[in-house]
Amino acid sequence: MGSRASTLLRDEELEEIKKETGFSHSQITRLYSRFTSLDKGENGTLRAKKWVTLTLVYVDREHGHRLATPFPKQKDYVPEDPSCTWLKPFPVYRNSLRGSAETDLTSTHEDTGLIPGLAHREDFQRIPELAINPLGDRIINAFFPEGEDQVNFRGFMRTLAHFRPIEDNEKSKDMNGPEPLNSRSNKLHFAFRLYDLDKDDKISRDELLQVLRMMVGVNISDEQLGSIADRTIQEADQDGDSAISFTEFVKVLEKVDVEQKMSIRFLH
Amino acid sequence: MDGAELAGKIFYTWLTLVLGFILLPSAFGVSLGISEIYMKILVKTLEWATIRIEKGASKESVLKNSASVGIIQRDESPMEKGLSGLRGRDFELSDVFYFSKKGLEAIVEDEVTQRFSSEELVSWNLLTRTNVNFHYVSLRLTAVWVLGVLLRYCVLLPLRVTLAFIGISLLVIGTTLVGQLPDNSLKSRLSELVHLTCCRICVRALSGTIRYHNKQYRPQKGGICVANHTSPIDVLILTTDGCYAMVGQVHGGLMGIIQRAMVKACPHVWFERSEMKDRHLVTKRLKEHIADKKKLPILIFPEGTCINNTSVMMFKKGSFEIGGTIHPVAIKYNPQFGDAFWNSSKFSMVSYLLRVMTSWAIVCDVWYMPPMTREEGEDAVRFANRVKSAIAVQGGLTELPWDGGLKRAKVKDTFKEEQQKNYSKMIVGNGSVTSELD
Repeated sequence: MGSRASTLLRDEELEEIKKETGFSHSQITRLYSRFTSLDKGENGTLRAKKWVTLTLVYVDREHGHRLATPFPKQKDYVPEDPSCTWLKPFPVYRNSLRGSAETDLTSTHEDTGLIPGLAHREDFQRIPELAINPLGDRIINAFFPEGEDQVNFRGFMRTLAHFRPIEDNEKSKDMNGPEPLNSRSNKLHFAFRLYDLDKDDKISRDELLQVLRMMVGVNISDEQLGSIADRTIQEADQDGDSAISFTEFVKVLEKVDVEQKMSIRFLH
Repeated sequence: MDGAELAGKIFYTWLTLVLGFILLPSAFGVSLGISEIYMKILVKTLEWATIRIEKGASKESVLKNSASVGIIQRDESPMEKGLSGLRGRDFELSDVFYFSKKGLEAIVEDEVTQRFSSEELVSWNLLTRTNVNFHYVSLRLTAVWVLGVLLRYCVLLPLRVTLAFIGISLLVIGTTLVGQLPDNSLKSRLSELVHLTCCRICVRALSGTIRYHNKQYRPQKGGICVANHTSPIDVLILTTDGCYAMVGQVHGGLMGIIQRAMVKACPHVWFERSEMKDRHLVTKRLKEHIADKKKLPILIFPEGTCINNTSVMMFKKGSFEIGGTIHPVAIKYNPQFGDAFWNSSKFSMVSYLLRVMTSWAIVCDVWYMPPMTREEGEDAVRFANRVKSAIAVQGGLTELPWDGGLKRAKVKDTFKEEQQKNYSKMIVGNGSVTSELD
């Protein structure tokens, strides 16, 4: 449903995503409709549970974001913050308000009256081909930084952008701008984070073992797996701390065709 | 009083018209050719609309319409090739690349979940509910759309609702009455008559235009007919051309009422999918049924759930274990005239029917296929797959190995274990993988 997305996505937002991720206009709208279809789910119960009727919505002029806060106060409540310019009842999913006083509504559309802009862990887990992937859980995790359990379209696209192929004109780009998300180094970082369970920028023997166990299931003995982990760390470790840092990780994978192996052929 | 009299007259004339022009012909299985004319006009109109839309569309929206083609080109290479290694190679840190690429591909586009929601159309069919893809094009097109809305909601809908009401009540009353008779050949003949008549009426209520191909292969008595499943309408469509004993999930609501009435007249088998006990009972009943060559062919939808008519999913092996002759049938609806897929998680039976009755028509092809039997040494699963492929090829549908049950349930862990096992074999070689864990 290609262009429903374009009516829901605001132009300036689309431009921003385009700039940040490098995806084309039509790719973004197509991915947006995929994103919203993930969000829906099939049984509809998830949606029903999440529904809450009214919230206060106002614009944060400084950042151009629209924010919602649960409808707690009296009707004539006006946020004291001067950057809040307007106020309107707005239906929002309960889950998207949980834990925080305010929710970013930037990726919503006023007229539809709901937030299509958030996908949850369960939404990903429902994809069968992902559920059978030995590293499925780690991959899903990559979409949810800092232990959150929801992701908006922007964040979704940011993670996907790691898998955009590197185009020829991007290689020769000047080094001034921020590094594109699909650079070799960022692709490697994505892979590194799959191993780095505790996010301390080091892959310890224990972490490596855990990820290996996810990949092989019950088919290999502890002993054998241990020796695989030991050998891998030994080969990569240069500073003798019995762990693999990102620099060491990059060094080991020096000769690997990361650009090809970590790229998905997105159609134009 | 005049008003009431007038209303009474209108109602009376309406009923007479419906009775004279639709009910009687359908009871005898003849057609007056009105629906053929309607279909001809409809096809012409939609063709015209398509040309208008293509003309009016800018380059960009043409691009967008290619959305139905897909978002990505998937890398279908198997694990061995994806990991570019031979069996017995060592683990490498880069092995996660393969899994992450596969995972991300599944997130962007997967084969399964999109089959449980309505199919995307290539061009707008002038129904409001599908026009999200298409923007305002021209005044003339809008005028045609308005006319269409008036026709569909003010003429067709009341007509169809009347027909469906008569059809369904006749079916319920008829089968209940026939059910009172003692079991003999008269009962089964009467039951057949009631089923056929009511189904013809109901198909007319949906403006169904059905083309049956290869009638010489129509399912024979004592056989099992298997078909791909898109909606409960499948049953109507097949029954219009011959009676079946049906096997299926127990439903509630309107479907439940119809089911309970039908089972009185005809030996249909309704069961609760989740009950193990029920499933054994079904197998037993099926065996008894096909042993008697005089009984009606059994109709089974082995996918066990409605799929959006773009693909055929896994056939459950149950119906292929019993033995007997399998008569495969492929059903393919034309989505241009109306969406036949029943998304049971989104719409109830009644609202689904209303949606169908407010679309243009139900147009479909039914292919009867040569009977198939289980070959020597072939197990039920492989036989089921063979039948599935045949149906997919005939109906022009994509063949998927996935279980349609994934609509409701999570994927079984065994599939993940299979992946893990394959990978383990690659990194330690065949010998050392503990084989007793098969």
